[in-house]
Amino acid sequence: MSPLILVRGLRYQYEDGTVALNGVDFRLEAGETVALLGANGSGKTTFALHLNGLLSGQGTVEVCGLPVTPENVVEIRRKIGLVFQDSESQLFMPTVLEDVAFGPLNHGLHPHQAAERAMAALAQVGMAAAAGKAPYHLSAGEKKRVAIAGILAVDPDILVLDEPTTFLDPPGQRALAQLLSALPQAKILITHDMHFARALCSRAAFFRNGSIAAEGSVEQMAQRYEWDFQAPRGA
Amino acid sequence: MHHVTLDRWSRGASPLHRRDPRVKIAAVLVFLLVLATAHRELAWLGAALFAVLCAAARLARLPLSGALARAGVVLPFTAVFAAVSWLAGDPARGAALVMKSYLSALAVLLLVSTTPLPVLLRGFEMTGAPRFLLMVAQFLYRYLFVISEEAQHMRKAALARGATVGSLAGNAARFRAAAGALAVLFARSYARAGEIHRAMLARGFPGYFHPLSELHFHTSDMIFLAIATVTPVALRILIERVA
Repeated sequence: MSPLILVRGLRYQYEDGTVALNGVDFRLEAGETVALLGANGSGKTTFALHLNGLLSGQGTVEVCGLPVTPENVVEIRRKIGLVFQDSESQLFMPTVLEDVAFGPLNHGLHPHQAAERAMAALAQVGMAAAAGKAPYHLSAGEKKRVAIAGILAVDPDILVLDEPTTFLDPPGQRALAQLLSALPQAKILITHDMHFARALCSRAAFFRNGSIAAEGSVEQMAQRYEWDFQAPRGA
Repeated sequence: MHHVTLDRWSRGASPLHRRDPRVKIAAVLVFLLVLATAHRELAWLGAALFAVLCAAARLARLPLSGALARAGVVLPFTAVFAAVSWLAGDPARGAALVMKSYLSALAVLLLVSTTPLPVLLRGFEMTGAPRFLLMVAQFLYRYLFVISEEAQHMRKAALARGATVGSLAGNAARFRAAAGALAVLFARSYARAGEIHRAMLARGFPGYFHPLSELHFHTSDMIFLAIATVTPVALRILIERVA
């Protein structure tokens, strides 16, 4: 069975000369949840932006067997849902319902069908009651749920979440972990939150200087790179 | 925040709220035209049109005092020009300017207070307004609150680092501080715009918004349009003839 995502030799350099990705090889199988770990600036988010063609570097990226090219990008953006770190930037429509229906409408659904899809996705994340609200009336956790609903509404095969626990309090993180663990899609989680990664991910890839330095279980990566919070001695 | 209140008002359920946005836009345009071109018996006409707007606010179940106060937001601007007219020896022109601008603001306020922004923009789009301008208006409305909140955070950060309210608003250093803060705010807004654009593309944005609901004219909309457009015209004709 072919992988959902197959990346080979991906390189990318920003206009200012910064080499963000330096030969990334990666694959994601159906049903997997993989954590992308690594320091700030190690290339994780840049990598994610290549998966649906928002950035385009050297090398090959295939999603569900389709190469990420300008011809395929519309179909690929239906198959792969990207949840950004700051939900405020992702919820740009005046109301929650319109925001969640934005994707289905862009992918050609009739307004009635789009509204039905949006309501179903909102119900899936427990936010149906907020359909008529303006996004700025929501809490950070609610915004994150609505942002995920906006992605689920187009029924993607893969979810990519960039720092999903940012701005969330512990109950909000717990609720988000429960929600994500109940979703059947394959997932990529870009995170610094090792508790969150341990709870959800079967595998982890550790980014360093624009490439994947190692892969293994979350625990193995945490030990190998001392990637856990430890209180200073004497504290 | 004004626009939060207006947003809440616009989601009411009065007969005015239920009207098609296109007929409300047309009614306001006729009202503004009648008001702007009037030059005789302005006091009587102003009073009559003010009464019409108050009746409309009542019909829309809006808090009248709140609506009247919010429409006053234009007065500081027009008061400057009115003062110039008064100093130039034409106080009547100054008074007319204040009256016309206030009534115009009140009419527009009634329009935005009885029509949710997405529906209003859809109405403007269907009456031929440029789509790009409407998109800019929609984003401005959505992110005004976010940018304002960021500005408040920056102000608090300045105060927390020893600035005082007086030093932020009273001397020459104020301008340097304000300029720096504005530059940072602009840079953040620019970066956020880039993020929003990426988020839109990631969700298949083709370059224009698809409406979630279609607008439909009903008989009641036509009746409203007839009443709302004939009333100011008839009042003006009546008042000018009687005078």
